[in-house]
Amino acid sequence: MGHDEFLFLLAGLKWTIGLSVIGFICGGISGLGVALARTSGNPVLERVMKGYIALFQGTPLLMQLFVVYYGLALIGLKLDAWVAVSIGFTLHASAYLGEIWRGSIDAVPRGQTEAAEALSLTYLPRMRDVILPQALRISLPATIGFLVQLIKGTSLASIVGFVELTRAGNIISNQIFQPLLVFGIVGCLYFIICWPLSLFGTHLERQFATSTR
Amino acid sequence: MNYTLDFGPVIDALPSLLAGCLGTIGLAIGGMVLAIVIGIGGVILRDSRIRQIRWLVLAFVEIIRNTPFLVQIFFIYFALPLAGLRLDPTPTAIIALGINGGAYAIEIIRGGVQSINRGQIEAGLALGLRKAQVFRLIVLKPALRAIFPSLASQFVLLTLTTSVASAISAYELTSVGQRVESESFRSFEVFGTMTLFYLIISWLLMRVFGMITTRYFSYPVK
Repeated sequence: MGHDEFLFLLAGLKWTIGLSVIGFICGGISGLGVALARTSGNPVLERVMKGYIALFQGTPLLMQLFVVYYGLALIGLKLDAWVAVSIGFTLHASAYLGEIWRGSIDAVPRGQTEAAEALSLTYLPRMRDVILPQALRISLPATIGFLVQLIKGTSLASIVGFVELTRAGNIISNQIFQPLLVFGIVGCLYFIICWPLSLFGTHLERQFATSTR
Repeated sequence: MNYTLDFGPVIDALPSLLAGCLGTIGLAIGGMVLAIVIGIGGVILRDSRIRQIRWLVLAFVEIIRNTPFLVQIFFIYFALPLAGLRLDPTPTAIIALGINGGAYAIEIIRGGVQSINRGQIEAGLALGLRKAQVFRLIVLKPALRAIFPSLASQFVLLTLTTSVASAISAYELTSVGQRVESESFRSFEVFGTMTLFYLIISWLLMRVFGMITTRYFSYPVK
């Protein structure tokens, strides 16, 4: 494998990181909406969000990408592949992050809400200044765990035909007929990104476990 | 924008899609069994007296958990023939699923084993139980009960992951569906129906796990 092939893989890596960042940020914003709706106390809204989360947690990411990809074309939207795939990852991430953060909001002791209400804080400052900062801390290890999952998940965009790291690996492997070498390197590249994040997540988890003891 | 949904081709292909569902379930069960075997084996080896073996298990877990399954299945698909194993895509997929699930299972089972009180193990040994008996009766069963919820959700994930095995055209729902799609061009209808099938499969699986919990793990702690 030569210099050019490796550069091609790195170009794919750029897209893998790009897709992960877009999916995580957009999914995070909408996931916050999902989590807030899920804990809003409005039974209809909570039921709808529960269904939304169950739908995305009960079907393969690959199917979600396919359905979004062809569904958007169906309603007449002619989008670039990367936009369609990004929308797919955003929806996927919003459901998973929404569920993680719902759990964290529920894990904040009830007394915090009551104290905030006693101080006559309305919903917005109560969430913004009291509940969410504490929930964020609780949710951090699981959130990072999901980020790793999302980065690995972007490899499925290659099946829809989008050229990211895994797809780039496929192309190179078909050119130079050394699949083990190519996929070994591709695996290493994923590992270099994901492993530090995983270690950080475990570290936070341990720290959190000792600080609450 | 003048697209009318047409489920005709999907209905025609229903028998093969349902057969694909069975393929998916078969892959999932095969993967789970292998994952449990690797998980238990890994936990035992993780406490090995030989340092290199302990490191090997640690490295295995970290590598598998921090790389995509798609890359793993490609790697295994090309590596097995070099190791002298010429297998069809479907057994290859089961091996890949088992290896992937096994790495997660090692971490989950280890958590359960650590939750066992050391004193109970010593008590078991003092009563003259052999090491294997202590492991089975005093470590494994209570540990299984402690880890069952996380193991169950990991297995639901594993079942959903089987769709990735379509990349090496193993026999399961996604690859069957892709063939139907390429013959009918009814992409949205085909993938929508498959999504529904996956939803039903994972829902059924969760029901089964729920039943196992009530049947085997609903005994009082003290």
